[in-house]
Amino acid sequence: MKPPSLEPPSAEPPLPAPVLDMRHVSVSYGAHVPAVLGVDLTIRPREIVGIIGESGSGKSTLAHSVLGLLPKTARMSGTRFNLAGTDILKADRTALAALRGPAAAMIFQNPMTAFSPIHTLGRQLTDLLWRDRDPSGAQKRARIVAALAEVGIPDPVGRLDAFPFQLSGGMLQRVAIAAALLMQPALLIADEPTTALDVTMEAQILHLMRSLRERAGVSILIISHHLGVIAEICDRVAVMYAGRIVEEGTVEAIFRAPRHPYTQALFACEPALVPTGMRRLPVIAGEVPRPGASLCDFASRCAVKAARCVEQAPPWTRSGEFPGHHVRCHGSALSGSPPSGRTP
Amino acid sequence: MAMLTDTATPDTPTEAAGSHEPRALARFATTLAHILSTPLGAIGLLLAMLIVLTALLAPLIAPYDPTAINVKDRLADPSLTHLLGTDQLGRDLFSRVILGTRTAMTVALTALATALALALPLGLVAGYGPRWLDGPMVLLFDSISSLPMIMLGLAVVVLIGPGVPTVILVIVLYSVPSYARLVRTQTLSLKSRDFIKAEQAMDAGTARILFRHLLPNVIGPLLILACLDISTVITLEAGLSFLGLGVKPQIPSWGNILSDGFAVIRKSAVPVVAGGVPLVLATLGFTFFGEALRDALDPRLARERRP
Amino acid sequence: MPGFILRRTAIALAILLLVALLLFAMMHMIPGDPTVVALGPRSTPEMREAFRAMMGLDRPVLDQLGLLLVRLAQGDLGLDVWSRRPVLTMVLEVLPYTVALALASFVWALALGLVLGCVAVVHHGKWGDWLIGAVSVSFVAVPSFVVALYSLLIFAVWLNWLPAIGAGEPGDIGAQLRALILPSFAVGLGWVGYISRLVRAAMIEAMSEDYVRTLRAYGVGEGRIIYRYALKQALLAILSVIAIGFGSLLTGSIFAEIVFTRPGLGKMTYDAVISRNFPLVMGTVLVTSALYVTCMILADVVSAWLDPRVRSAI
Repeated sequence: MKPPSLEPPSAEPPLPAPVLDMRHVSVSYGAHVPAVLGVDLTIRPREIVGIIGESGSGKSTLAHSVLGLLPKTARMSGTRFNLAGTDILKADRTALAALRGPAAAMIFQNPMTAFSPIHTLGRQLTDLLWRDRDPSGAQKRARIVAALAEVGIPDPVGRLDAFPFQLSGGMLQRVAIAAALLMQPALLIADEPTTALDVTMEAQILHLMRSLRERAGVSILIISHHLGVIAEICDRVAVMYAGRIVEEGTVEAIFRAPRHPYTQALFACEPALVPTGMRRLPVIAGEVPRPGASLCDFASRCAVKAARCVEQAPPWTRSGEFPGHHVRCHGSALSGSPPSGRTP
Repeated sequence: MAMLTDTATPDTPTEAAGSHEPRALARFATTLAHILSTPLGAIGLLLAMLIVLTALLAPLIAPYDPTAINVKDRLADPSLTHLLGTDQLGRDLFSRVILGTRTAMTVALTALATALALALPLGLVAGYGPRWLDGPMVLLFDSISSLPMIMLGLAVVVLIGPGVPTVILVIVLYSVPSYARLVRTQTLSLKSRDFIKAEQAMDAGTARILFRHLLPNVIGPLLILACLDISTVITLEAGLSFLGLGVKPQIPSWGNILSDGFAVIRKSAVPVVAGGVPLVLATLGFTFFGEALRDALDPRLARERRP
Repeated sequence: MPGFILRRTAIALAILLLVALLLFAMMHMIPGDPTVVALGPRSTPEMREAFRAMMGLDRPVLDQLGLLLVRLAQGDLGLDVWSRRPVLTMVLEVLPYTVALALASFVWALALGLVLGCVAVVHHGKWGDWLIGAVSVSFVAVPSFVVALYSLLIFAVWLNWLPAIGAGEPGDIGAQLRALILPSFAVGLGWVGYISRLVRAAMIEAMSEDYVRTLRAYGVGEGRIIYRYALKQALLAILSVIAIGFGSLLTGSIFAEIVFTRPGLGKMTYDAVISRNFPLVMGTVLVTSALYVTCMILADVVSAWLDPRVRSAI
């Protein structure tokens, strides 16, 4: 993996103001079903941050909470939740709506269902640009065509009259990215952007997203359970488990020296990394527990669990030789020697 | 194969239903609570019970013979002797309305029971019988249910003459296709379930599969559907009687009362109101109740009833 | 597309054939002289003779059926043995009244039903939604002929605002429209509830689609999402149901025509039933069935044509 030639995110001050700044943010469904617990996450301009974790770890809830797209039963709380300078926790509905698009745009997992099947793409992209006053529509049209061309869609003018079913999934995901770019957002949130695509399409979409960061200067928050995707594109990675971030660091730190037993287990289960000759795919025993059920939610599945793990909440500690590498675990924080790391 | 049966047991929804009386009771209680928890369901249950009770106790409630003609007392206004007054033949309207409830319920329940009795075997044959028979039967169900029913009903009436059997025949013609189709779909989906496959693999007889497994699972949804249809069927009976094509004119029935009242609508509004209000209450009541029952037991059965 | 229309037409013709077969079979299955079954005991020998000749009743049953089908295929519904006029002519004379009534009922019911359905969706889960739901289900449940009777009683008999009888003098558009108000109210009321419930359900389903989430993620207003996206999808989903409904409106107007003594297909069928005029009943039943299946074909074709996915697939 070759990290993009960019200054390291955690470089010397003065740091530019973060695009997304979350301090101790929690989300729960209804009154008592927590999905995200006390998450701290900062994304600086032009930074690509990935979140990995199993299904049910709360990573999608986290991504959707940024745009206020959670169902009505969801409750958000925290000490700070700033998106492009606006505090989401204090924003009313209008203020929140104003953020959607210009502050942060989102692309979704399944491009085939992300667009209305009975409206033309041109109609839908025009409606996404509803903020711009352009009576004749010619200006909007030109911008849309330019954006479609920029994401590498052949015959962008002709596509305006096309319906979604006439395009392939990869093409539609490009359209979705073009739509996001039209907003010139500070942050692009990508929720499993390549999961529904085949491998060649995946590579192209990732390449496109990376080049957009270079050209448009957008920050990207990418959610994936696919380690390869994260390794390919991210500067920094946060590992989520049962609603908490259990480990965070540069892509190098996480992939070369994973500290948290859960992260290590994730790598052990990654099909691409499993040594050939193994007869069964390893799995992490058990299921993701309800977040917040115990001090360390991984303890019940942990191979190196100690007595402390049930007595004391694991601290958020700096770890290892990589800058900015943090882990929420008793064991790995104390044991000096990093467990066997792997190169992606 | 014995292993297969073991794993299939938890899949069997109504295995030995009789031995679970406490559970059945609990289920009844939750269903009732569910129905009563919505305002419309509560109103519906209340109205439906009122109608059924009236039908059962009709002869005790009615103060007069509903067919007794008293020409001297024609079109009397409501009074203490005649609560709703009299009709154009001097018959006591209140007694006719009360006994009309019994007519409506008798016709509706007989017709629906007949329709269910016919639809059940038809649907089972289509779903579980020989495969070549399925297509033609479905086509037949679909064609019949896509016919303009009132018109066909009228054609039936012109040929075999008005009367209760005609009304029942029309209702049966109207409802058998939709019930049979439901039985067929239920059967088809059950047929592919593991516990039936296991039974088949064990060489269980067709009769055993039909009566022990398919029938108990099909009958619930079917009864819900029939319950939703009660008000349609009451309307159909009243409508045909209103046209003079249903039950015989002297028999007390809401449709007949409305028909008589329509003839004298410029002289007195009482008969039309007296015949219409119980009909409206009955159709509303059974609709509310049926929908609440469906929502409580099997919301997937939702289908929009056409007016 | 032509193949699609052809298939639908074939099914429609099959349904019509089934209607003809049913009528034919019923006439023969009733024990007794078919002419007496069809025309009643009070019919004259001449009328019975005319009917016997028209249906070829002295020939073998299969020949009779063939004769009937050939006649129907030629669009010949036969002569009414009572008035000796062609049945088709008689039906076509009254058809415009029924179509006018069905159209009037349909238009106001569709308009109000759409509005109620949309309002219910906007207030989804709140008391407005509940109220509209309760009103809608009540509208569907109440028998239309009771609505007809009560509206006749209130607006024509008591208040004397609107005519109680007839369809208005020919040529007098104002009177004809006034004569339409009460009947179309009675026929359409149930459809208001039916359509509002259909619209609500289809729109709620549309609002749960992924693309609505996309639109929301871009801050597109709920109003635009509901009226430009969800409504269009909902309309597409319910179009065929509604169009088939229009077909059944044609037959559903029978009560309104009788209560308001309006000329029309329903009234004519009813009069024919009362006088045991089977040839005329057969004619009206076949014509209404034909109109009904035509609506079904139109519904399928139009909704297929409006849906870009289907349009390109067929």
